[in-house]
Amino acid sequence: MAILVYAEHDNASLKKATLNTITAAKQMGDDIHVLVAGSGNQAVADEAAKAEGVSKVLLVDNAAYEHQMAETIALLVVDLAGDYSHIVAPATTTGKNFMPRVAALLDVSMLSDVTAVIDAQTFERPIYAGNATATVKTTESKVVLTVRTTGFDAAVAEGGSATVETIDNVQQSDKSSFVNEEMATSDRPELTSASIVISGGRALANGENFTKYIEPLADKLGAAVGASRAAVDAGYVPNDMQVGQTGKIVAPDLYIAAGISGAIQHLAGMKDSKIIVAINNDPESPIASVADYFLEADLFDALPELTSKV
Amino acid sequence: MKALVAVKRVIDYNVKVRVKADNSGVDLSNTKMSINPFDEIAVEEAVRLKEAGVIDEIIVASIGPKESQEQIRAALALGADRGVLVVSDDKPYPLQVAKILKSIAEQEGTDIILLGKQAIDDDNNQTGQMLAALMGAGQGTFASEVKVEGDKVHVTREVDGGLQTVELALPAIITTDLRLNEPRYAKLPNIMKAKKKPLDEKTPADFGVEMASKQEIIKVEPPAERKAGIKVGSVDELVDKLRNEAQVI
Repeated sequence: MAILVYAEHDNASLKKATLNTITAAKQMGDDIHVLVAGSGNQAVADEAAKAEGVSKVLLVDNAAYEHQMAETIALLVVDLAGDYSHIVAPATTTGKNFMPRVAALLDVSMLSDVTAVIDAQTFERPIYAGNATATVKTTESKVVLTVRTTGFDAAVAEGGSATVETIDNVQQSDKSSFVNEEMATSDRPELTSASIVISGGRALANGENFTKYIEPLADKLGAAVGASRAAVDAGYVPNDMQVGQTGKIVAPDLYIAAGISGAIQHLAGMKDSKIIVAINNDPESPIASVADYFLEADLFDALPELTSKV
Repeated sequence: MKALVAVKRVIDYNVKVRVKADNSGVDLSNTKMSINPFDEIAVEEAVRLKEAGVIDEIIVASIGPKESQEQIRAALALGADRGVLVVSDDKPYPLQVAKILKSIAEQEGTDIILLGKQAIDDDNNQTGQMLAALMGAGQGTFASEVKVEGDKVHVTREVDGGLQTVELALPAIITTDLRLNEPRYAKLPNIMKAKKKPLDEKTPADFGVEMASKQEIIKVEPPAERKAGIKVGSVDELVDKLRNEAQVI
Protein backbone atom coordinates (compact mmCIF):
# COMPACT_ATOMS: atom_id res chain seq x y z
CA MET A 1 0.00 0.00 0.00
CA ALA A 2 1.09 3.53 -0.69
CA ILE A 3 1.99 6.17 1.88
CA LEU A 4 0.19 9.50 2.08
CA VAL A 5 2.22 12.58 2.95
CA TYR A 6 0.37 15.73 3.88
CA ALA A 7 1.98 18.80 2.28
CA GLU A 8 2.66 21.85 4.42
CA HIS A 9 2.14 25.00 2.36
CA ASP A 10 0.61 28.45 2.32
CA ASN A 11 -1.38 27.98 -0.94
CA ALA A 12 1.48 29.66 -2.83
CA SER A 13 4.52 27.50 -2.21
CA LEU A 14 5.54 24.25 -0.63
CA LYS A 15 7.12 24.51 2.83
CA LYS A 16 10.46 22.79 3.30
CA ALA A 17 8.96 20.72 6.14
CA THR A 18 7.16 18.72 3.45
CA LEU A 19 10.49 17.66 1.92
CA ASN A 20 11.78 16.44 5.28
CA THR A 21 8.53 14.53 5.73
CA ILE A 22 8.91 12.88 2.31
CA THR A 23 12.34 11.60 3.37
CA ALA A 24 10.82 10.11 6.54
CA ALA A 25 8.00 8.51 4.52
CA LYS A 26 10.52 6.95 2.09
CA GLN A 27 11.90 5.02 5.05
CA MET A 28 8.46 3.44 5.58
CA GLY A 29 7.71 2.44 1.98
CA ASP A 30 8.29 3.19 -1.69
CA ASP A 31 5.10 4.55 -3.15
CA ILE A 32 4.74 8.11 -1.87
CA HIS A 33 1.66 10.18 -2.62
CA VAL A 34 1.54 13.81 -1.53
CA LEU A 35 -1.76 15.47 -0.66
CA VAL A 36 -1.85 19.19 -1.44
CA ALA A 37 -5.07 20.51 0.04
CA GLY A 38 -5.83 24.21 -0.12
CA SER A 39 -7.31 26.90 -2.27
CA GLY A 40 -5.69 28.33 -5.40
CA ASN A 41 -2.87 25.90 -4.72
CA GLN A 42 -2.05 24.50 -8.17
CA ALA A 43 1.50 25.90 -7.99
CA VAL A 44 2.10 24.01 -4.75
CA ALA A 45 1.03 20.75 -6.38
CA ASP A 46 3.36 21.38 -9.31
CA GLU A 47 6.19 22.02 -6.89
CA ALA A 48 5.42 18.83 -4.92
CA ALA A 49 5.40 16.82 -8.17
CA LYS A 50 9.05 17.79 -8.72
CA ALA A 51 10.21 16.48 -5.36
CA GLU A 52 12.34 13.40 -5.68
CA GLY A 53 10.70 10.16 -4.62
CA VAL A 54 7.08 11.26 -5.04
CA SER A 55 4.98 9.09 -7.37
CA LYS A 56 1.69 10.95 -7.26
CA VAL A 57 0.34 14.29 -6.08
CA LEU A 58 -3.28 14.62 -5.07
CA LEU A 59 -4.46 18.17 -5.60
CA VAL A 60 -7.57 19.34 -3.80
CA ASP A 61 -8.29 22.96 -4.67
CA ASN A 62 -11.35 24.29 -2.91
CA ALA A 63 -12.24 27.35 -0.85
CA ALA A 64 -13.24 24.94 1.93
CA TYR A 65 -9.56 24.21 2.54
CA GLU A 66 -8.13 27.71 2.21
CA HIS A 67 -7.10 27.90 5.88
CA GLN A 68 -6.56 24.16 6.36
CA MET A 69 -8.89 24.03 9.33
CA ALA A 70 -8.50 20.85 11.36
CA GLU A 71 -12.22 20.04 11.25
CA THR A 72 -12.42 19.84 7.44
CA ILE A 73 -8.87 18.70 6.62
CA ALA A 74 -9.25 15.73 8.96
CA LEU A 75 -12.46 14.68 7.18
CA LEU A 76 -10.71 14.97 3.82
CA VAL A 77 -7.73 12.88 4.91
CA VAL A 78 -9.96 10.25 6.51
CA ASP A 79 -11.95 10.06 3.26
CA LEU A 80 -8.73 9.28 1.36
CA ALA A 81 -7.22 7.05 4.06
CA GLY A 82 -8.55 3.73 2.77
CA ASP A 83 -5.86 3.48 0.11
CA TYR A 84 -2.92 4.04 2.43
CA SER A 85 -0.92 2.08 5.00
CA HIS A 86 0.65 5.20 6.53
CA ILE A 87 -0.49 8.80 6.82
CA VAL A 88 2.39 11.13 7.54
CA ALA A 89 2.51 14.87 8.22
CA PRO A 90 5.19 17.20 9.47
CA ALA A 91 4.95 18.01 13.19
CA THR A 92 4.26 21.67 12.48
CA THR A 93 1.39 23.44 14.19
CA THR A 94 -0.75 22.43 11.18
CA GLY A 95 0.19 18.75 11.37
CA LYS A 96 -0.18 18.69 15.14
CA ASN A 97 -3.56 20.33 14.82
CA PHE A 98 -5.36 17.95 12.48
CA MET A 99 -3.51 14.61 12.57
CA PRO A 100 -4.83 13.45 15.99
CA ARG A 101 -8.32 14.16 14.61
CA VAL A 102 -7.55 11.87 11.68
CA ALA A 103 -6.33 9.13 14.03
CA ALA A 104 -9.36 9.40 16.32
CA LEU A 105 -11.81 9.33 13.40
CA LEU A 106 -10.04 6.18 12.14
CA ASP A 107 -10.08 4.83 15.73
CA VAL A 108 -6.32 4.26 15.71
CA SER A 109 -3.56 5.44 18.04
CA MET A 110 -1.01 7.91 16.72
CA LEU A 111 2.68 8.70 17.03
CA SER A 112 3.74 12.34 17.39
CA ASP A 113 7.08 13.92 16.61
CA VAL A 114 8.80 10.83 15.20
CA THR A 115 12.56 11.44 14.94
CA ALA A 116 13.69 8.11 13.43
CA VAL A 117 12.13 5.26 11.48
CA ILE A 118 13.32 1.80 12.54
CA ASP A 119 10.91 -0.08 10.29
CA ALA A 120 7.44 0.56 8.91
CA GLN A 121 5.85 -0.18 12.31
CA THR A 122 8.61 0.92 14.69
CA PHE A 123 9.70 4.45 15.41
CA GLU A 124 11.75 6.57 17.75
CA ARG A 125 10.31 9.66 19.37
CA PRO A 126 11.48 11.98 22.11
CA ILE A 127 9.60 12.02 25.40
CA TYR A 128 10.07 14.13 28.52
CA ALA A 129 11.06 17.12 26.38
CA GLY A 130 13.87 15.20 24.75
CA ASN A 131 15.34 13.96 28.03
CA ALA A 132 14.57 10.41 26.89
CA THR A 133 13.99 8.65 23.59
CA ALA A 134 11.29 6.01 23.29
CA THR A 135 11.25 3.25 20.69
CA VAL A 136 7.60 2.53 19.98
CA LYS A 137 6.11 -0.30 17.95
CA THR A 138 2.59 0.02 16.64
CA THR A 139 0.35 -2.80 15.47
CA GLU A 140 -2.37 -0.51 14.13
CA SER A 141 -3.58 -1.44 10.66
CA LYS A 142 -3.10 2.16 9.62
CA VAL A 143 -0.14 4.12 10.94
CA VAL A 144 -0.83 7.79 11.60
CA LEU A 145 2.17 9.88 12.57
CA THR A 146 3.80 13.28 12.52
CA VAL A 147 7.54 13.65 12.04
CA ARG A 148 9.89 16.14 13.63
CA THR A 149 11.39 17.69 10.55
CA THR A 150 14.79 18.26 12.16
CA GLY A 151 15.20 14.47 12.35
CA PHE A 152 15.20 13.98 8.57
CA ASP A 153 17.09 15.55 5.69
CA ALA A 154 15.00 17.32 3.07
CA ALA A 155 14.19 15.35 -0.08
CA VAL A 156 15.67 16.86 -3.22
CA ALA A 157 13.20 19.48 -4.44
CA GLU A 158 13.91 19.10 -8.16
CA GLY A 159 14.14 16.20 -10.57
CA GLY A 160 11.01 14.22 -9.78
CA SER A 161 8.11 13.94 -12.19
CA ALA A 162 5.07 12.76 -10.31
CA THR A 163 1.64 12.89 -11.88
CA VAL A 164 -0.76 15.47 -10.47
CA GLU A 165 -4.26 14.14 -9.97
CA THR A 166 -6.96 16.67 -9.20
CA ILE A 167 -9.63 15.39 -6.89
CA ASP A 168 -12.93 16.94 -6.10
CA ASN A 169 -13.67 16.52 -2.45
CA VAL A 170 -15.43 19.13 -0.38
CA GLN A 171 -15.82 18.62 3.34
CA GLN A 172 -17.77 21.17 5.34
CA SER A 173 -17.94 21.80 9.07
CA ASP A 174 -20.20 24.21 10.88
CA LYS A 175 -18.19 23.76 14.07
CA SER A 176 -15.41 26.17 13.28
CA SER A 177 -14.60 29.07 11.03
CA PHE A 178 -11.53 31.13 10.32
CA VAL A 179 -11.60 34.68 11.69
CA ASN A 180 -8.19 36.15 10.93
CA GLU A 181 -4.48 35.68 11.28
CA GLU A 182 -1.54 37.88 12.05
CA MET A 183 1.63 36.42 10.71
CA ALA A 184 4.90 37.83 11.92
CA THR A 185 6.39 39.90 9.12
CA SER A 186 9.98 39.40 10.16
CA ASP A 187 12.46 38.99 7.34
CA ARG A 188 14.27 36.51 9.52
CA PRO A 189 13.63 32.80 9.19
CA GLU A 190 11.15 31.11 11.48
CA LEU A 191 12.69 29.85 14.70
CA THR A 192 11.84 26.16 14.39
CA SER A 193 12.96 25.81 10.76
CA ALA A 194 15.98 28.15 10.71
CA SER A 195 19.37 26.63 9.98
CA ILE A 196 21.03 29.12 12.33
CA VAL A 197 19.58 30.33 15.63
CA ILE A 198 21.05 32.98 17.90
CA SER A 199 19.57 33.17 21.37
CA GLY A 200 20.08 35.65 24.14
CA GLY A 201 19.65 35.15 27.86
CA ARG A 202 19.13 37.20 30.96
CA ALA A 203 22.67 38.55 30.68
CA LEU A 204 21.45 40.76 27.83
CA ALA A 205 19.87 42.82 30.64
CA ASN A 206 17.10 44.40 28.55
CA GLY A 207 15.17 44.26 25.29
CA GLU A 208 17.15 47.05 23.64
CA ASN A 209 20.29 44.96 23.93
CA PHE A 210 18.61 42.19 21.90
CA THR A 211 18.15 44.75 19.15
CA LYS A 212 21.64 46.13 19.54
CA TYR A 213 23.71 42.98 20.05
CA ILE A 214 21.77 39.89 18.89
CA GLU A 215 19.86 41.13 15.86
CA PRO A 216 22.82 42.49 13.82
CA LEU A 217 24.55 39.11 14.08
CA ALA A 218 21.30 37.31 13.20
CA ASP A 219 20.83 39.54 10.15
CA LYS A 220 24.37 38.96 8.99
CA LEU A 221 24.04 35.18 9.27
CA GLY A 222 20.43 34.94 8.09
CA ALA A 223 19.58 33.50 11.48
CA ALA A 224 16.46 33.34 13.61
CA VAL A 225 16.47 34.99 17.04
CA GLY A 226 15.58 33.05 20.15
CA ALA A 227 15.71 33.62 23.87
CA SER A 228 15.91 31.76 27.13
CA ARG A 229 12.88 31.55 29.38
CA ALA A 230 14.67 33.81 31.85
CA ALA A 231 14.93 36.53 29.21
CA VAL A 232 11.26 36.05 28.33
CA ASP A 233 10.16 36.07 31.96
CA ALA A 234 12.15 39.25 32.51
CA GLY A 235 10.12 40.82 29.69
CA TYR A 236 13.03 41.49 27.31
CA VAL A 237 11.35 39.70 24.39
CA PRO A 238 7.98 38.05 23.64
CA ASN A 239 7.28 34.45 24.55
CA ASP A 240 7.12 33.22 20.97
CA MET A 241 10.91 33.60 20.91
CA GLN A 242 11.37 31.20 23.79
CA VAL A 243 13.59 28.18 23.16
CA GLY A 244 13.21 25.43 25.71
CA GLN A 245 11.07 22.75 27.27
CA THR A 246 8.21 25.20 27.72
CA GLY A 247 8.93 27.03 24.48
CA LYS A 248 10.05 25.92 21.07
CA ILE A 249 12.23 22.93 20.25
CA VAL A 250 14.91 23.81 17.74
CA ALA A 251 17.67 21.79 16.11
CA PRO A 252 19.47 24.09 13.68
CA ASP A 253 22.88 23.46 12.09
CA LEU A 254 24.31 26.20 14.29
CA TYR A 255 22.99 27.41 17.63
CA ILE A 256 24.65 30.36 19.30
CA ALA A 257 23.73 30.93 22.95
CA ALA A 258 24.82 34.33 24.22
CA GLY A 259 24.58 35.07 27.91
CA ILE A 260 22.64 31.87 28.60
CA SER A 261 23.68 29.67 31.50
CA GLY A 262 21.93 26.59 30.13
CA ALA A 263 19.29 25.54 32.64
CA ILE A 264 17.79 22.08 31.95
CA GLN A 265 14.69 23.80 30.63
CA HIS A 266 16.71 25.61 27.96
CA LEU A 267 18.94 22.67 27.05
CA ALA A 268 15.85 20.53 26.43
CA GLY A 269 14.90 22.88 23.63
CA MET A 270 18.19 23.13 21.76
CA LYS A 271 20.54 20.29 22.59
CA ASP A 272 19.87 18.48 19.30
CA SER A 273 21.44 21.35 17.39
CA LYS A 274 24.33 20.16 15.21
CA ILE A 275 26.85 22.73 16.40
CA ILE A 276 26.41 24.66 19.64
CA VAL A 277 28.37 27.79 20.43
CA ALA A 278 28.14 29.34 23.88
CA ILE A 279 29.39 32.80 24.67
CA ASN A 280 29.38 33.85 28.29
CA ASN A 281 31.76 34.61 31.10
CA ASP A 282 31.10 31.56 33.28
CA PRO A 283 33.10 28.49 32.22
CA GLU A 284 31.26 26.46 34.88
CA SER A 285 27.83 27.13 33.40
CA PRO A 286 25.89 24.02 32.27
CA ILE A 287 25.88 25.24 28.68
CA ALA A 288 29.68 24.93 28.59
CA SER A 289 29.33 21.15 28.94
CA VAL A 290 27.15 20.81 25.84
CA ALA A 291 28.77 23.47 23.68
CA ASP A 292 31.03 22.42 20.82
CA TYR A 293 32.76 25.77 21.08
CA PHE A 294 32.77 27.74 24.29
CA LEU A 295 34.01 31.31 24.26
CA GLU A 296 34.58 32.72 27.70
CA ALA A 297 33.96 36.39 27.10
CA ASP A 298 31.73 39.33 27.89
CA LEU A 299 28.99 39.12 25.28
CA PHE A 300 28.85 42.91 24.97
CA ASP A 301 32.41 42.79 23.58
CA ALA A 302 32.25 39.44 21.79
CA LEU A 303 28.99 39.84 19.86
CA PRO A 304 29.94 43.06 18.01
CA GLU A 305 33.33 41.60 17.19
CA LEU A 306 31.76 38.37 15.97
CA THR A 307 29.25 40.36 13.89
CA SER A 308 32.05 42.28 12.22
CA LYS A 309 34.07 39.16 11.45
CA VAL A 310 31.56 36.71 10.02
CA MET B 1 -22.43 27.11 31.32
CA LYS B 2 -20.25 24.23 32.48
CA ALA B 3 -16.56 23.66 31.85
CA LEU B 4 -14.63 20.41 31.94
CA VAL B 5 -10.89 20.57 32.53
CA ALA B 6 -8.64 17.54 32.17
CA VAL B 7 -5.50 17.31 34.29
CA LYS B 8 -2.71 14.75 34.16
CA ARG B 9 -0.39 13.70 36.95
CA VAL B 10 3.15 14.05 35.62
CA ILE B 11 6.68 14.38 36.89
CA ASP B 12 7.26 17.91 38.18
CA TYR B 13 8.84 20.03 35.49
CA ASN B 14 11.73 20.96 37.81
CA VAL B 15 12.80 17.36 38.36
CA LYS B 16 15.69 15.96 36.36
CA VAL B 17 14.48 13.02 34.31
CA ARG B 18 16.37 9.74 34.68
CA VAL B 19 15.94 6.70 32.49
CA LYS B 20 15.78 3.35 34.31
CA ALA B 21 18.84 1.14 33.99
CA ASP B 22 16.82 -1.61 32.27
CA ASN B 23 15.55 0.89 29.66
CA SER B 24 11.94 0.08 30.51
CA GLY B 25 11.00 3.68 31.15
CA VAL B 26 11.70 6.77 33.21
CA ASP B 27 12.33 6.38 36.93
CA LEU B 28 9.41 7.95 38.79
CA SER B 29 10.04 6.41 42.21
CA ASN B 30 10.19 8.97 45.03
CA THR B 31 9.79 11.72 42.48
CA LYS B 32 7.83 14.91 42.96
CA MET B 33 4.67 14.76 40.84
CA SER B 34 2.51 17.72 39.83
CA ILE B 35 -0.30 18.81 37.56
CA ASN B 36 0.96 18.92 34.00
CA PRO B 37 1.87 22.63 33.69
CA PHE B 38 -0.18 23.17 30.53
CA ASP B 39 -3.22 21.65 32.31
CA GLU B 40 -2.68 24.07 35.17
CA ILE B 41 -3.05 26.88 32.64
CA ALA B 42 -6.31 25.22 31.51
CA VAL B 43 -7.58 25.18 35.10
CA GLU B 44 -6.63 28.84 35.54
CA GLU B 45 -8.47 29.79 32.34
CA ALA B 46 -11.62 27.99 33.49
CA VAL B 47 -11.43 29.76 36.85
CA ARG B 48 -11.05 33.13 35.14
CA LEU B 49 -14.07 32.38 32.93
CA LYS B 50 -15.99 31.52 36.08
CA GLU B 51 -14.87 34.74 37.77
CA ALA B 52 -16.01 36.62 34.65
CA GLY B 53 -19.46 35.07 35.03
CA VAL B 54 -19.23 33.02 31.83
CA ILE B 55 -18.90 29.63 33.51
CA ASP B 56 -21.05 28.46 36.42
CA GLU B 57 -19.35 25.20 37.28
CA ILE B 58 -15.92 23.67 36.66
CA ILE B 59 -15.48 19.91 36.68
CA VAL B 60 -11.94 18.56 36.79
CA ALA B 61 -11.23 15.11 35.44
CA SER B 62 -8.11 12.98 35.55
CA ILE B 63 -7.40 9.52 34.23
CA GLY B 64 -4.51 7.81 35.95
CA PRO B 65 -3.36 6.16 39.15
CA LYS B 66 -5.24 6.65 42.42
CA GLU B 67 -2.66 9.25 43.47
CA SER B 68 -3.96 11.53 40.71
CA GLN B 69 -6.51 12.71 43.26
CA GLU B 70 -3.71 14.97 44.55
CA GLN B 71 -3.70 16.76 41.21
CA ILE B 72 -7.49 17.00 41.18
CA ARG B 73 -7.41 18.45 44.71
CA ALA B 74 -4.79 20.94 43.57
CA ALA B 75 -7.12 22.03 40.75
CA LEU B 76 -10.01 22.27 43.22
CA ALA B 77 -7.83 24.50 45.40
CA LEU B 78 -7.32 26.78 42.40
CA GLY B 79 -11.08 27.22 42.06
CA ALA B 80 -12.60 24.21 40.30
CA ASP B 81 -15.84 22.93 41.84
CA ARG B 82 -15.72 19.14 41.76
CA GLY B 83 -13.61 16.29 40.47
CA VAL B 84 -13.90 13.01 38.62
CA LEU B 85 -11.02 10.58 38.96
CA VAL B 86 -10.96 7.65 36.57
CA VAL B 87 -8.59 5.23 38.25
CA SER B 88 -6.36 3.26 35.93
CA ASP B 89 -2.95 1.80 36.57
CA ASP B 90 -2.51 1.21 32.85
CA LYS B 91 -0.57 3.80 30.94
CA PRO B 92 -3.13 6.32 29.72
CA TYR B 93 -2.83 6.67 25.94
CA PRO B 94 -4.46 9.70 24.27
CA LEU B 95 -7.13 7.82 22.30
CA GLN B 96 -8.39 5.95 25.37
CA VAL B 97 -8.29 9.12 27.49
CA ALA B 98 -10.20 11.01 24.80
CA LYS B 99 -12.90 8.30 24.77
CA ILE B 100 -13.36 8.58 28.53
CA LEU B 101 -13.38 12.38 28.45
CA LYS B 102 -16.01 12.28 25.70
CA SER B 103 -18.31 10.25 27.95
CA ILE B 104 -17.77 12.60 30.87
CA ALA B 105 -18.31 15.69 28.73
CA GLU B 106 -21.53 14.30 27.29
CA GLN B 107 -22.85 13.06 30.64
CA GLU B 108 -22.13 16.39 32.25
CA GLY B 109 -23.24 18.47 29.28
CA THR B 110 -20.16 20.65 29.36
CA ASP B 111 -19.90 23.52 26.87
CA ILE B 112 -16.21 24.28 27.09
CA ILE B 113 -13.56 21.64 27.53
CA LEU B 114 -10.07 22.81 28.37
CA LEU B 115 -6.90 20.72 28.27
CA GLY B 116 -3.20 21.44 28.18
CA LYS B 117 -1.79 21.33 24.67
CA GLN B 118 0.38 18.41 25.72
CA ALA B 119 1.57 16.54 28.78
CA ILE B 120 5.24 17.02 29.58
CA ASP B 121 5.85 13.30 30.03
CA ASP B 122 4.78 11.68 26.75
CA ASP B 123 4.69 14.96 24.79
CA ASN B 124 1.97 13.57 22.52
CA ASN B 125 -0.14 16.67 21.92
CA GLN B 126 -3.09 14.52 20.81
CA THR B 127 -5.77 14.18 23.46
CA GLY B 128 -7.63 17.46 22.89
CA GLN B 129 -7.76 17.04 19.13
CA MET B 130 -8.87 13.40 19.48
CA LEU B 131 -11.58 14.40 21.92
CA ALA B 132 -12.82 17.07 19.51
CA ALA B 133 -12.90 14.52 16.69
CA LEU B 134 -14.82 11.96 18.76
CA MET B 135 -17.33 14.60 19.83
CA GLY B 136 -17.61 16.02 16.31
CA ALA B 137 -16.79 19.37 17.88
CA GLY B 138 -14.61 22.30 16.89
CA GLN B 139 -11.16 22.72 18.37
CA GLY B 140 -8.87 25.60 19.24
CA THR B 141 -5.40 24.23 19.89
CA PHE B 142 -2.36 26.17 21.22
CA ALA B 143 -4.68 28.84 22.61
CA SER B 144 -3.18 32.12 23.77
CA GLU B 145 -6.52 33.94 24.08
CA VAL B 146 -10.06 32.72 24.71
CA LYS B 147 -13.15 34.93 24.38
CA VAL B 148 -16.64 33.56 24.83
CA GLU B 149 -19.23 35.50 22.85
CA GLY B 150 -22.76 34.18 23.24
CA ASP B 151 -22.84 30.62 21.99
CA LYS B 152 -19.50 30.96 20.21
CA VAL B 153 -15.94 31.10 21.42
CA HIS B 154 -13.10 32.94 19.73
CA VAL B 155 -9.75 31.28 20.21
CA THR B 156 -6.46 32.87 19.23
CA ARG B 157 -3.95 30.16 18.40
CA GLU B 158 -0.16 30.26 18.42
CA VAL B 159 0.79 28.84 15.03
CA ASP B 160 4.16 28.63 13.32
CA GLY B 161 5.01 32.16 12.32
CA GLY B 162 2.21 34.02 14.03
CA LEU B 163 -1.29 33.98 15.47
CA GLN B 164 -4.54 32.67 14.04
CA THR B 165 -8.03 33.32 15.40
CA VAL B 166 -10.85 30.85 14.88
CA GLU B 167 -14.49 30.92 15.90
CA LEU B 168 -15.90 27.75 17.37
CA ALA B 169 -19.46 26.64 18.03
CA LEU B 170 -20.10 25.28 21.54
CA PRO B 171 -19.37 22.74 22.82
CA ALA B 172 -15.76 23.35 21.86
CA ILE B 173 -12.40 21.93 22.87
CA ILE B 174 -9.56 24.29 23.70
CA THR B 175 -5.97 23.28 24.35
CA THR B 176 -3.78 25.77 26.15
CA ASP B 177 -0.41 27.24 25.32
CA LEU B 178 1.93 29.07 27.68
CA ARG B 179 0.89 32.61 26.92
CA LEU B 180 -2.79 32.09 27.72
CA ASN B 181 -2.36 33.05 31.37
CA GLU B 182 -0.19 32.68 34.42
CA PRO B 183 -1.71 30.27 36.94
CA ARG B 184 -2.24 31.61 40.45
CA TYR B 185 -0.90 30.01 43.59
CA ALA B 186 -3.47 28.22 45.72
CA LYS B 187 -4.08 29.98 49.04
CA LEU B 188 -4.03 27.89 52.19
CA PRO B 189 -7.74 28.40 53.01
CA ASN B 190 -8.58 27.28 49.48
CA ILE B 191 -6.42 24.19 49.85
CA MET B 192 -8.35 23.34 53.02
CA LYS B 193 -11.69 24.00 51.31
CA ALA B 194 -10.65 21.84 48.35
CA LYS B 195 -10.43 18.81 50.63
CA LYS B 196 -14.18 19.01 51.16
CA LYS B 197 -15.17 19.45 47.53
CA PRO B 198 -16.80 16.39 45.91
CA LEU B 199 -14.56 13.95 44.07
CA ASP B 200 -16.16 10.99 42.28
CA GLU B 201 -14.16 7.89 41.59
CA LYS B 202 -14.76 5.87 38.45
CA THR B 203 -13.03 3.22 36.37
CA PRO B 204 -12.48 3.04 32.60
CA ALA B 205 -14.97 0.12 32.57
CA ASP B 206 -17.68 2.51 33.82
CA PHE B 207 -17.28 4.23 30.44
CA GLY B 208 -16.88 1.02 28.47
CA VAL B 209 -13.29 1.89 27.57
CA GLU B 210 -10.45 -0.65 27.42
CA MET B 211 -7.16 1.03 28.31
CA ALA B 212 -5.04 -1.31 26.16
CA SER B 213 -3.30 0.37 23.23
CA LYS B 214 -1.89 -1.04 20.02
CA GLN B 215 1.30 0.82 20.78
CA GLU B 216 4.06 -0.83 22.72
CA ILE B 217 7.05 0.96 24.14
CA ILE B 218 9.95 -1.33 23.37
CA LYS B 219 12.62 0.68 25.15
CA VAL B 220 13.39 4.07 26.60
CA GLU B 221 16.91 5.39 26.40
CA PRO B 222 18.66 8.54 27.48
CA PRO B 223 19.43 10.80 24.55
CA ALA B 224 22.89 10.53 23.02
CA GLU B 225 25.38 12.44 25.14
CA ARG B 226 27.09 15.28 23.39
CA LYS B 227 30.80 14.87 23.31
CA ALA B 228 32.66 17.52 25.22
CA GLY B 229 33.52 20.48 23.09
CA ILE B 230 36.46 22.81 23.19
CA LYS B 231 37.13 26.20 24.63
CA VAL B 232 38.13 28.80 22.12
CA GLY B 233 40.38 31.67 23.12
CA SER B 234 39.10 34.45 20.91
CA VAL B 235 36.41 35.54 18.48
CA ASP B 236 38.90 35.02 15.64
CA GLU B 237 39.43 31.43 16.66
CA LEU B 238 35.67 30.91 16.96
CA VAL B 239 35.05 32.29 13.48
CA ASP B 240 37.82 30.11 12.09
CA LYS B 241 36.36 26.98 13.73
CA LEU B 242 32.85 27.72 12.51
CA ARG B 243 34.08 28.38 9.01
CA ASN B 244 36.68 25.68 8.53
CA GLU B 245 36.07 22.94 11.07
CA ALA B 246 32.30 22.89 11.56
CA GLN B 247 31.61 24.58 8.19
CA VAL B 248 28.34 26.05 9.40
CA ILE B 249 28.91 29.66 8.30
